[in-house]
Amino acid sequence: MSTTSPVSTSHISVARSSRALSARGMRNMRRLPSTFIPTLAMPIFQAIAFSGTFFAITKLPGFPTDRSVNWYLPLAVVMGSAFAGVGLGFTTIRDIETGFFDRLRMSPTPRSALIVGPLIMTWVRTIIVVTMVVIVGFAFGARLTSGVVGLGCLYLASVGLATVSAGWGLGIAYRFRDMRGAAIMQLTLFLVMFLSSAQTPLYVMTGWLHSVARVNPATNVLRLARQGFLGDVTWNGVWGGVLALVGGSILTLTFAYRGLRGLERD
Amino acid sequence: MTAAVSVGSVRQTAAMSKRSIMALVRQPALVIPSITFPLFFAALGTSSFGRATGLPGFPKVDSFLDFSLAGTIVQGVLFGSVQSGSALATDIENGFFYRLLASPTSRLGILLGRLMGAAAYGAAQTAFFTALLIPFGLHVKGGVPGAIVMLLSGGLTAIAVAGFMAAMALRTGSSEAVQGVFPLVFIALFFSSAFFPRQTMSGAYRHIANANPISYLIEGLRDLCITGFTASACAKALLVPLGIMVVSFALALRSLARRVAAQ
Repeated sequence: MSTTSPVSTSHISVARSSRALSARGMRNMRRLPSTFIPTLAMPIFQAIAFSGTFFAITKLPGFPTDRSVNWYLPLAVVMGSAFAGVGLGFTTIRDIETGFFDRLRMSPTPRSALIVGPLIMTWVRTIIVVTMVVIVGFAFGARLTSGVVGLGCLYLASVGLATVSAGWGLGIAYRFRDMRGAAIMQLTLFLVMFLSSAQTPLYVMTGWLHSVARVNPATNVLRLARQGFLGDVTWNGVWGGVLALVGGSILTLTFAYRGLRGLERD
Repeated sequence: MTAAVSVGSVRQTAAMSKRSIMALVRQPALVIPSITFPLFFAALGTSSFGRATGLPGFPKVDSFLDFSLAGTIVQGVLFGSVQSGSALATDIENGFFYRLLASPTSRLGILLGRLMGAAAYGAAQTAFFTALLIPFGLHVKGGVPGAIVMLLSGGLTAIAVAGFMAAMALRTGSSEAVQGVFPLVFIALFFSSAFFPRQTMSGAYRHIANANPISYLIEGLRDLCITGFTASACAKALLVPLGIMVVSFALALRSLARRVAAQ
């Protein structure tokens, strides 16, 4: 007679529920393309528009690349990933408003699976966005300067930032429980991303923005994402971004988990 | 008799304009994004691209803030005018538009009221952006006459864009559809000289910016700020939105006639 410990049963249950919830997210992506298409279209537009508009800034002395698309493509990819993460918050608000989330809570689904499942779906969604935008970027003249490792850095930064923003989106969704939260999720993310080295390198900035961007962790994440497009991948360019992503993920996922607990109590 | 009718039409249009302005005053949430986002981008651009003013092809400017004022105004006016179309669509959705049609109100007054409301808001935005940025170092070389032309241009641009949005609202009767046009407005703005001069762009992007009328409108406004009060700057700042306005107003009138006929 075989026996299964309660702990391993619980792990299986979390894995199974997470898989089912992430599969639901994938189905929604197919059935409601209107929720996914903007996540893909915006970074493509941003990469093209920024590279074209600010083409001339690469002529500034000391600018790290002579291709504007090499500078703006990673920004567009990372921002697209961040908004893909925040999209999870929108979906959760919709589930709360339609009552589906209450049905999930009443079912014997492990609570951690309510976060892990949709998070897995967000990672898949992010990888699709990154791949598509990078292909378009290459068609518009972007070139890797340090091979596949550089591309790996871009994927790492994107998936990491999607995790951070998904945690943030979920935490806000669990607390606000209606579409008021959507504006907060987007606005904060928008501010954090743009108050960094998003548009120009730190040395080009002047005044207040330089002071803010220097301490903004998003600057480190962008440095990590741009590694493969501006020169060689170095540990100096990597560790700050990884630290910001790990720290940010822990903080926002804890924020989400505590929000879920609060939702349970109310 | 005709004079009495036209006085009545003017009164109705004024009442409709007042209503559309009051809607903005009473719901600041509708106004805030079209004020804060352009200002945020102006602040961001000034710090990010301050050193780019020395690049070849960049016009001679005292600061990037002077350069960015025109883009800020047009950006704000474009965003604000989308709200005007959206409000008209909301009137259709909730039936208020049909109550107006059932009343002895001038059909043209319904449309003109909205457009005049948008014009007043566009001019107010222009004045607000200019006044707010002066303490941060903005210098309008065109002086008071230049600022007046900028106000007029802001109002005309608002009517021009609100005309397209009104046409969309009257055709679809859906505020969601009007809001859906917003990304296109944003794209049209980006593919112009709103954020950087055309002379510094290259390839296909430069060709698109050259063909985009928004580029010339912005350059007219910009010249009033960075060069001075000149005939060519005034012509660009006023005639370009006027031309767009004629097209968008004709479209809106056609859509209004169709909706009234379908009633």
